[in-house]
Amino acid sequence: MPDSRPEHKAGIHGWGAYIPRYRLPLKLIASTWGWAEDQYKGLNVVQKAIAGPDEDSTTMGYEAALNAIKRAGIDPAEIGAVFFGTESKPYAVKPSATIIAEALGITPITMATDLEFACRAASEAMRTSIGLVSSGMLKYTLVIGSDTAQAQPGDVLEFTAASGAAAFIIGPSEGAAAVFEGSYTYVTDTPDFWRRSLQPYPRHGEGFTGEPAYFHHIISSVRGLLEELGLKPSDFDYAIFHQPNGKFPVRVGLRLGFSMEQIEPGLVTPEIGNTYNASALLGLARVLDKAKPGERILVAPFGSGAGSDAYSIVVTDRVEEKKGRAPTVEEYIGRGVEVDYGFYLRYRGKIKLMPR
Amino acid sequence: MITRHWRRRHNLYKLVGSRCRSCGRVFYPYSQRCIYCGSREVEQARLEGDARLVSYSIVYSVSDEAKYEAPVILGMVDIGGVKVIAELTDVSPGEVEAGMSLEPVLRRVTVNGESGLIYYAVKFRPRLGGSGSGGD
Repeated sequence: MPDSRPEHKAGIHGWGAYIPRYRLPLKLIASTWGWAEDQYKGLNVVQKAIAGPDEDSTTMGYEAALNAIKRAGIDPAEIGAVFFGTESKPYAVKPSATIIAEALGITPITMATDLEFACRAASEAMRTSIGLVSSGMLKYTLVIGSDTAQAQPGDVLEFTAASGAAAFIIGPSEGAAAVFEGSYTYVTDTPDFWRRSLQPYPRHGEGFTGEPAYFHHIISSVRGLLEELGLKPSDFDYAIFHQPNGKFPVRVGLRLGFSMEQIEPGLVTPEIGNTYNASALLGLARVLDKAKPGERILVAPFGSGAGSDAYSIVVTDRVEEKKGRAPTVEEYIGRGVEVDYGFYLRYRGKIKLMPR
Repeated sequence: MITRHWRRRHNLYKLVGSRCRSCGRVFYPYSQRCIYCGSREVEQARLEGDARLVSYSIVYSVSDEAKYEAPVILGMVDIGGVKVIAELTDVSPGEVEAGMSLEPVLRRVTVNGESGLIYYAVKFRPRLGGSGSGGD
């Protein structure tokens, strides 16, 4: 019996990544703030990606979106919605989505909005897009997750808060590189991580970010999806989870019954840190860079506050023609140049100059 | 500044220059009058093709606003025979080299303090996966 879920009518036509050039090794953060090696080694992150001084979530999201459009091979004017998921908006009031839409030639006949739900705003945009596309209301949407993650200097968050972006063109299942099979969302009011208005850095509930937040929500969304689709972990070739560090995604995956072979290909945080809205989605982009037709992917982003979406995605034979049209996640990871802590402070504007 | 940048946003975001219908030359940035023959018969033209660094200047003495990214490297870039003056990014003074293959990127160019507007425009960086001088 053909599946009547609306998800089947929507797919990913193009995917794109962006990771900035600069890399700060965690050992330099540790030596600056007097942390012992065994205090941060467990994070399983070696270095984090740092945006340059002329970059922000808008410019990074633009490049990821450009790559996604190249892979989709569509006229940007055909895109009917631009969704920009971030928790590091350059403006508190003024959309980044319009800047990106203008620069990419998508304006003026389009929806455009910025979304906020900690690290999963872009993921919710993906589920929204499935609805818009499968209903026939829009042909294509552009989903962007991009963050220049902030962290209070010296806080444990500083070891992982990184910069990066991922973008996807969602459109009809015909011609897509990968088709959605099902989706599931699980949210509750769980205050594990937050940033108040006008505050430069977020705060978090330390260990509270783990069990009641990250683990409970991801496990609930993934189990809900598997039950609804009648699938089990061994039915998937890849399993990708939100990656606040290199430890949590492995632990949650193993606990759900996935193997390291399924988890490893989508792990990006150990090499570039936590890119927040781009974290799980860069993992998805990295898997699509390598995936073969017929393979099945599970992706489960998470956002503090808290919620998780789980998606089942099946790769089609159209994936091959799209792979070489834009730089891969691997190429962006490979262009890293190591910088020191002073460089990081200056480049991220953490040194305040006195106005003259 | 706001209206000037807004009017030119397509030119600044997308490397849209001018093509003169009288003499056929293409130039950047866009101007309603041909910089070569003075004709007003000018249309918008998107610059396409490989970008190469012709020459550059490293500016160490910069304004307070630019100190976070100093030194600033200004480049003269050739795109399909059209010369563009723009900032280079993602490259250090030790890496920059005339002839290197470049590609356009969208970056912040001016930030008006902590409460003003952020202006975006094209800069150039070394082509990803590309070579230094000599070839792609």
